[in-house]
Amino acid sequence: MTALVSLFRRLEGPQTVGRGPVFWGLFAIVLAVGIAYPLFSDGYTVGNTVYFFVWVFIALSLCLIWGYGGSLSFGQTAFFGIAGYGYGVLTLNFGSAYGFTLIAFVAAIVIAALFAVLLGYFMFFGRIAGVFLGIVTLAVTLMLERFMAQTAGPEWHIGSARLNGFNGMSAMPPLTIPWPGEPIVLFADVGLYYFVLGLLVFVYLALRILMNSSFGNVIVAIRENPERAEMLGYDIRKYQLITFVIGAALAGISGVLYTAWGQYITPSSMGMTAAALPLIWVAVGGRSDLTSTVVGTLVVLAAFQALTIYGSQYALVFMGVLLVLTVLIAPNGLVLGAMNWLGKLAARLTQRAG
Amino acid sequence: MDIATLVFSALYQFGDAFAFLVLSACGLAVIFGMMGVINLAHGEFIMCGAYVTAATVHAGLPLPLGILAGTIVSALVGVLVELVVIRHLYDRPLDTIVATWGLSLIATQGTLIMVGSTMAGVGTPFGSFQVGAYSYSIYRIVLFCAALGVLVGLYALFNWTRFGVLARATIQVPHMAAALGVDTRLVYSLTFACGAGLAGLAGGLYAPTMTLVPTMGATFIMEAFVTVVIGGADVFLGTAPAGAVLAVVKSVMTSWQGQLFGQIGLLVAVIIVVRVLPKGISGFVLRERT
Repeated sequence: MTALVSLFRRLEGPQTVGRGPVFWGLFAIVLAVGIAYPLFSDGYTVGNTVYFFVWVFIALSLCLIWGYGGSLSFGQTAFFGIAGYGYGVLTLNFGSAYGFTLIAFVAAIVIAALFAVLLGYFMFFGRIAGVFLGIVTLAVTLMLERFMAQTAGPEWHIGSARLNGFNGMSAMPPLTIPWPGEPIVLFADVGLYYFVLGLLVFVYLALRILMNSSFGNVIVAIRENPERAEMLGYDIRKYQLITFVIGAALAGISGVLYTAWGQYITPSSMGMTAAALPLIWVAVGGRSDLTSTVVGTLVVLAAFQALTIYGSQYALVFMGVLLVLTVLIAPNGLVLGAMNWLGKLAARLTQRAG
Repeated sequence: MDIATLVFSALYQFGDAFAFLVLSACGLAVIFGMMGVINLAHGEFIMCGAYVTAATVHAGLPLPLGILAGTIVSALVGVLVELVVIRHLYDRPLDTIVATWGLSLIATQGTLIMVGSTMAGVGTPFGSFQVGAYSYSIYRIVLFCAALGVLVGLYALFNWTRFGVLARATIQVPHMAAALGVDTRLVYSLTFACGAGLAGLAGGLYAPTMTLVPTMGATFIMEAFVTVVIGGADVFLGTAPAGAVLAVVKSVMTSWQGQLFGQIGLLVAVIIVVRVLPKGISGFVLRERT
């Protein structure tokens, strides 16, 4: 019981913005609105909202590795793609009966995480850091894209699943929960919405606890000063590797959910543009805080989609401008800046009242 | 096929890979290797050079003048980018990655909107010649000579001219150079422009051999970064040997298993070299002096 209490106490701490009854009250209201949302909306809009939620996981993974860990990785889209393809290959081979899609869900994420263990081992234990880490991960991502894009021939197949080169894989079954009577198929509407929302809340709270634990503090210490952290006796390579693997798993969740949502995955989901987008969400939101990342990602995604509808091809130009302006004017992120400002304002008001 | 033509074929492929690596990397070697700015928009500077070259050639200029125009326009764009964005980020190297990536998005998509999804190319000049059973493009030999010329030119620029000495001084100890009366902001601008111009030159030189699409920069960027990372900070002592080593890796792997394996070979090479020589080849060569 006390262990549980101390675990929940970690929901607040130095590494995450937001504390006290006001913040958690807001959190509860947002959560309630999120739960009630499908009642007021139609299936298509709900499915579209799921699409936004799907991307939050990869944004959180970048927030963890880049914002908290301080190492900029372009490899998140690679893990996204690996998990997506993994889910596709597994489910096309074994079908969706007996809840196998859920096993494939986990297995695909594990595959992405194992790839991260391999890559991360060479990078972190090879002491590749800073800029070089970005370049190596970018090279790996582009390489995977080019590799998958040339798998068009019939000789490229795993079991009965063809990889289909540039056109990508499609027609894999959606996530299915086995249920007495009839299995629940989570198509891209209300069913998948609640599944993803639940997962999102769980991951968000779990990451808050992780970041405010001693592990999170060490990660931030490494970001601030790797030499000092090492002098204090922490094996920074191990901590960085673990962060990298957790990040890869989160990106993998995005990949699997994306594949299950649209029932397709293509190599361009690992391309340059695909790798740039999570970077924009996280940078604009505020990379060094989980809440800012979630809010920023959802806001930027919604704005991007609105722009794509009304300004079609100018949307990407606008995203580029937004990214450059954020770096120049508010390097810590717009949402985080706004939240800090609100926090100060609230503190001043309570002071004046007291 | 006798030995001589086989050797010639291997040499030709090596020269081709060497020219591609060195030309695409030298601009980045100046901007990233010397100035420490991670310019992910490097490919877009190359694209800019290629597009301007093609446009001027279509307008009736001869190819060499077109390449010159591409170089100059890229350098001017470089000055502009440095003034507006890069200047504010010299003390935040990781943020230059993000900002230049934004620039690259803007440039790629902007070109797509303004010029369209492809641009009419320029014919490869000079034709070809025959050795044994295969024919070879003369222009590839020209590119190889151009790569050597650029290396020699850069060496001369940074070692024998006043600008070169000032640039190296500024980059080594900026405040000391400023105290001695150097206008460091101007020097940074000019050095960045020099790197952007070199990227434009690479684009112009390769314009006759490639399809001109807005995303063509992506074909250069990985090779460029790999070469610079392996080469290290010194343009002449780093980029040239790195280009030579990687050209061997790339041409052998490509002729063995195809283009993709050529690139995988480069990736493995960079991971190994960063592990063994963190400061690149030039850091290894120059280790006694520091």
